[in-house]
Amino acid sequence: MRSASSSRLSRSVGVPAALLGVSGLLLAGCGAAPEESGNGAGSGPAEDNSDYKACIVSDQGGFDDRSFNQSSYEGVTAAKDELGIEMAQAESNSPSEFTPNVNQMVQSGCDSIIGVGFLLGNTIKPIAQEQTDIHFIGVDVTDTDFTENVQRIIYDTAEAAFLAGYLAAGTSESGKVATYGGAEIPTVTIFMDGFAAGVEHYNQEKGADVQVLGWDREAKTGSFTGDFENQAAGKTNTTNFINEGADIIMPVAGPVGLGTLDAVVEANNGGASAKVIWVDSDGYETTEQGEVILTSVVKKMGDAVQEVIANDLEGEFSSEPYVGTLENGGVDLAPFHDFDGEVSEEMKSELEAIKQGIIDGSIEVGSEYSPEH
Amino acid sequence: MSSTATTERPERGASRSSAQTTSGAGSSGSVMREIMSGNGMVTVLAILLSLIISALLIIFTNQDFLDAAAYFFSRPMDALAAAWTAVTSAYAALFRGSIFNYEASSVTGMFHPLTETLTVATPLIIISLGIAISFRAGLFNIGGQGQMIFGAMFATWFGVHLQLPAGIHLLLVLIMGILGGALWGSVVGALKAWTGAHEVILTIMLNYVAINLVTYLLYTPVLQAEGSTNPVSDALEPTALFPPLIGDSFRLNWGFVVAILATVFAWWLLSRSTIGFRLRAVGANPTAARTAGISVRSMYITAMAISGGLAGLAGMAQVSGTEKVLNTDVAGSFGFDAITVALLGRSNPIGVFFAGLLFGALRAGGVTMQVETGVPIDIVLVVQSFIVLFIAAPPLVRTIFRLPQPGALKARTSADPVTQPLAAGVAASTTATADGTTHAPAGATGDGAGLADAEEEATADEADVSSTPPDSGPPLGSHPTAEEVHQDEDARRRAAGEGEQL
Repeated sequence: MRSASSSRLSRSVGVPAALLGVSGLLLAGCGAAPEESGNGAGSGPAEDNSDYKACIVSDQGGFDDRSFNQSSYEGVTAAKDELGIEMAQAESNSPSEFTPNVNQMVQSGCDSIIGVGFLLGNTIKPIAQEQTDIHFIGVDVTDTDFTENVQRIIYDTAEAAFLAGYLAAGTSESGKVATYGGAEIPTVTIFMDGFAAGVEHYNQEKGADVQVLGWDREAKTGSFTGDFENQAAGKTNTTNFINEGADIIMPVAGPVGLGTLDAVVEANNGGASAKVIWVDSDGYETTEQGEVILTSVVKKMGDAVQEVIANDLEGEFSSEPYVGTLENGGVDLAPFHDFDGEVSEEMKSELEAIKQGIIDGSIEVGSEYSPEH
Repeated sequence: MSSTATTERPERGASRSSAQTTSGAGSSGSVMREIMSGNGMVTVLAILLSLIISALLIIFTNQDFLDAAAYFFSRPMDALAAAWTAVTSAYAALFRGSIFNYEASSVTGMFHPLTETLTVATPLIIISLGIAISFRAGLFNIGGQGQMIFGAMFATWFGVHLQLPAGIHLLLVLIMGILGGALWGSVVGALKAWTGAHEVILTIMLNYVAINLVTYLLYTPVLQAEGSTNPVSDALEPTALFPPLIGDSFRLNWGFVVAILATVFAWWLLSRSTIGFRLRAVGANPTAARTAGISVRSMYITAMAISGGLAGLAGMAQVSGTEKVLNTDVAGSFGFDAITVALLGRSNPIGVFFAGLLFGALRAGGVTMQVETGVPIDIVLVVQSFIVLFIAAPPLVRTIFRLPQPGALKARTSADPVTQPLAAGVAASTTATADGTTHAPAGATGDGAGLADAEEEATADEADVSSTPPDSGPPLGSHPTAEEVHQDEDARRRAAGEGEQL
């Protein structure tokens, strides 16, 4: 039968293939053994703090989410490389694993435990009450009422998004800009609210009437794809926005934003001139389609995590939350890269002025999602 | 496969449709039966095999081993030692995290892992019992996730918004959890019973409805915590929580006792009660059950209600046990893990209980393994998946370990060429590979009971000559080579004049 002859065929192909594979392994094993007393000079970290152990627990996103889990993780690895500390990591696949993971970190003798994501706040709270010798760091934990040994790392992203909104309103040719989120959680909506506030500010200053699609500041409702995975939904959303006339789109949805990039590239090939404002990291560097990215609203989580660890190492742990702002550089607007020539000098100086205004308090962003600082 | 065979035999066209349906229904039924009826040995070996495969994965992703393997031939011991260390440290951590921590400094610390295993296993056992019951009724309930979410939602609402005395409150929350899941499950049963909609499609879709509903409600005052903007509920009242079972320093709570009671209930239901009997009858053969006077429709609804009720109880055990709050991901991957646990436990409540304990141990130990040795927790998923893969393919396990095929002899003697001519034909050609001498007569007498059995038989015979029954097999020494068999087969085909196009 067919199956018999095909299995015979695969056998006759299989033997040489297997031999090839084995010989490949043999060749790979032919390297020279290193000397026993290899003194790796110069490659080690600058300092040695191997008696300090920093441990990080992710939420469901995992450490490869191109978003806050990943940047927090990179902050810990950077601290390991530069400060010579020990580290341990635990990924959570579901919320029911948060508590076991944090408990395990406690038992593994961690000096500081970093929990990433607002859901970890609920996990850390009771454990921190019992484990008073351990320092806990909650990234993006918006809840309050923690014990003295907990520091939260949070961001007033609205400040940087405000600049992005102002820039978008001033750059848009169609008079319509758009934004959408992954899920309706405060760490996402704060981007959208700041963005819309920036557009409003532009309209007031210039007497213009630029519209924001996808977020209504009054009603606090907007457009969401529902998760941080479905890139097709991001693409559909974006195509709809472009069809409605928007020419600048800001996706606040992690990897879902890649769908926006695809949609914009396609629309531009068809004659449109749409642009994207990326979030979290500088999209010009982290994505493949930097040519359509006007700028990015960056949230420097890795730096903050590393800084908090370094402070803890110095014995300067503080239970005051670290709030990333324009002032301390925790949030910022990324460079314009390819669009640098297209953004007018006037706009650049206005943005600089607004940034200073936000820092000294003369300009109110006025987002109710902003943390107190 | 059966359709290919059919098109190759146009002269059998007259009996084609009937043969196809018979063998189609027969093979899917026998696969299910095979999975359910395998013996304990296969289960143990399946677990062993998957641990071995996972060990290989651990070795080949271990940086120390890869570094040492680059100079394998100048100093092989380095690579072997690295491989040994990688595997033993990972599995030792798995053991220390799930059974007994011999490195702990206190007695509490030593037994903490075991209690953690029981804690993690609690919801898994309960929901898996529900899935097992639906399997026994012939319903492939993959809606455990949605039913669990519903149970957790009901339990949370009653646990947060009511102030009742201890005991009564917990009991009410427990009942509401069961009701919530049962409600969502019986929707599926009712739709299947009255409209004939397929339960797999229904449960998949209702999972989406449940997850989006809980997400929505967690943004409304119905469930969202007061003053919070995140999709999380308030903590349940202390009166609505399971008290700790053996002291405050452990997470183990009375939910585990509920899991044991649920296991006893499921066992009683399936093997001692009238409902259970009817349920199994419907699962075995709905047409026969209807003829025997059992209302198949009401059994579908009952089975799904019980199945959903147990899934809802698992959701309640999560929010009242370890989590204490409700979030959008309360069901996590429980709904799907439960299917694998039910399969591993062969849909038998006692088996499910121990399968749940095993998976609980893997999960609990996986955490320690991840933190202490850096082996990703996903390896636990690999172990679980391979276990189920091997459980679902007992012939594979038997072949690898050269175990005798229990079905082989039966298949030869119980062949029925009249009802299964197609399967018999296929069986004939595959048996011929092993027998070498008795091809044409085998085809003529219709040696085979079903597609699955026939294939299984062939594998076994190739692997283990001793399993060939003495009356039909050649002496050990004259076992033909693959080449001869192939020629023989060609000759047979020409002789039989079936005119197949190769």
